[in-house]
Amino acid sequence: MTAVLPATTPRPAPPSAARIALRRVRLELRLFFRERQQVVFSFAYPVIMLVIFAAVLGGDERPGDVPFTHYFLAGIAATGIMLTSFQAIGTAIAAERENGQLERLQLLGTPPAAYFAGKAGQVLVTTAAQLALLLPLAHFAYDVPMPADLAHWLTFGWVAVLGALAGTVLGVAVSALRGSAASITTGISAFAIVLQFFSGVFFGFLELPGWMQQVAAIFPLKWLTQGMRSAFLPDEAAAFEIAGSWEHGRTALVLAAWVIIGAVVCVRTFRWRRADG
Amino acid sequence: MTTTHAEPRPAATATQTEPAVRIRGLVKRYGGRAVVDDLDLDVSRGEVFALLGPNGAGKTTTIEILEGVRRRDGGEVRVLGVDPASGGRDWRARIGVVSQGEGAAQALTVHETLDHFAGYHARPRPTAELIAAVGLEEKAGTRVGRLSGGQRRRLEVALGVQGRPELVFLDEPTTGMDPVARRQFWELIRALRADGTTVLLTTHYLDEAAELADRVGVVAEGRLVEVAPPDELGAELRRAATVRWIEDGVTRQVRTEAPGAVLRDLLAARVSGDLPGLSVTRPSLEDVYLSLVGTPSTAPAAPEGDLR
Repeated sequence: MTAVLPATTPRPAPPSAARIALRRVRLELRLFFRERQQVVFSFAYPVIMLVIFAAVLGGDERPGDVPFTHYFLAGIAATGIMLTSFQAIGTAIAAERENGQLERLQLLGTPPAAYFAGKAGQVLVTTAAQLALLLPLAHFAYDVPMPADLAHWLTFGWVAVLGALAGTVLGVAVSALRGSAASITTGISAFAIVLQFFSGVFFGFLELPGWMQQVAAIFPLKWLTQGMRSAFLPDEAAAFEIAGSWEHGRTALVLAAWVIIGAVVCVRTFRWRRADG
Repeated sequence: MTTTHAEPRPAATATQTEPAVRIRGLVKRYGGRAVVDDLDLDVSRGEVFALLGPNGAGKTTTIEILEGVRRRDGGEVRVLGVDPASGGRDWRARIGVVSQGEGAAQALTVHETLDHFAGYHARPRPTAELIAAVGLEEKAGTRVGRLSGGQRRRLEVALGVQGRPELVFLDEPTTGMDPVARRQFWELIRALRADGTTVLLTTHYLDEAAELADRVGVVAEGRLVEVAPPDELGAELRRAATVRWIEDGVTRQVRTEAPGAVLRDLLAARVSGDLPGLSVTRPSLEDVYLSLVGTPSTAPAAPEGDLR
């Protein structure tokens, strides 16, 4: 190694958290698209499900004469957001903690905010890319109408952003659970699948048993799905929701509450390493 | 009358004259068992210090406390003048760490990994220079997941010194490296030392400690049992030499602190002056080390702590 400046030379301040955050976003995206498993399970899953379910149930109708594919797109778009945020982040952080990548970041003095910003950037880009793939497919291949006007697009926008935000912080929160990365990944996947059934992604929410509806109403996915329906389905379809309306206020409230709860849990439980001895 | 005027030393502030690492009475317990037990240690600036000891002696725990990633249960610790438990980003920027973990994503290449982490430092060493220094030129475009264990260690070493740290901690840096890579690593450490970097490393390898370290500290059961330059290690133990010769077809040996006198007597008793199979040996570094840490047969069995 060639000679370097003497160790006593005054040391410039390390790069700002913002600059490291930008590097992290680029890195996270590169890693995401190199992990074939992640791309398939959290990115391509909604597209594959849309194709499968449209092929099998494409002729069915949901309450209010809504064609199955129209109803299903809202649910699968919501699921997609959950997968690229909650599932992708929860499993990735658990794995990175287990294999020592977080330890490296800690030893480098990486500001936690820069690390989270990298994850958030990844969620933003992968979620947008996924929706940009899913929506045109639904529209052109299955004739699903897009949000009717600017107001409906705006609804789509805030529901998607709040949902992705809630998913991201909750993903960070669950990654701190005890257990190996493999068991956390299995737990998250199982939870996500059950939640999809409970939240009315595959079946009409009204057709579900009451207890299932009540359990689902605790979690964000049900509200995310309902919010998506309000953006994609005609206004008359609101009559077939549980409350007889889209409940936008309550949707925003529940999602925002989960963002806050998740953020508080993150701040209190996030660790660079597995439990200290 | 002559007076010696001390030259004023303008740059010698307290932080620069105090040792790079200062440990007093360090204690760390796991489940009531002390794995680091009242350990004292000073490492001077610019020194290469090797902590030598068997597995479970407390080397890694000690280093992790110095790195500020593990809490201590007692004692006083200063690393570059700062308590590691409260060291901030500026302090972290001054230390480099090669831990036993592997902190690089599998899907990145060696070059991509170093390029990425360069952005965490104010003045990183150039990536090409680092790759050459650890001998990974041919693997620069290979993904980390496809590297051998020894090659990954080399990447970890490169990452540890990337930010031009004043003090480098290396926890068993050469584990899994082949002999060529180990020698290359030694060269790297010597280059760091020549730059004035302080190095604190742990190792199992006596030849490595002897080769690199200005001083060696032998740790056993959480305590420093001896600190000395490698060739003075266990001076008392080494004083005893063993004189061996063959007499009537039988190997005879005498342990003595005065081998010269023994030889004189032996040779004087021989008419021919010839003594077949004559040798005088002193304990090797390994012998000294083994007696310092207590050989497996004599060491008390380590209690299994909270395991049942």
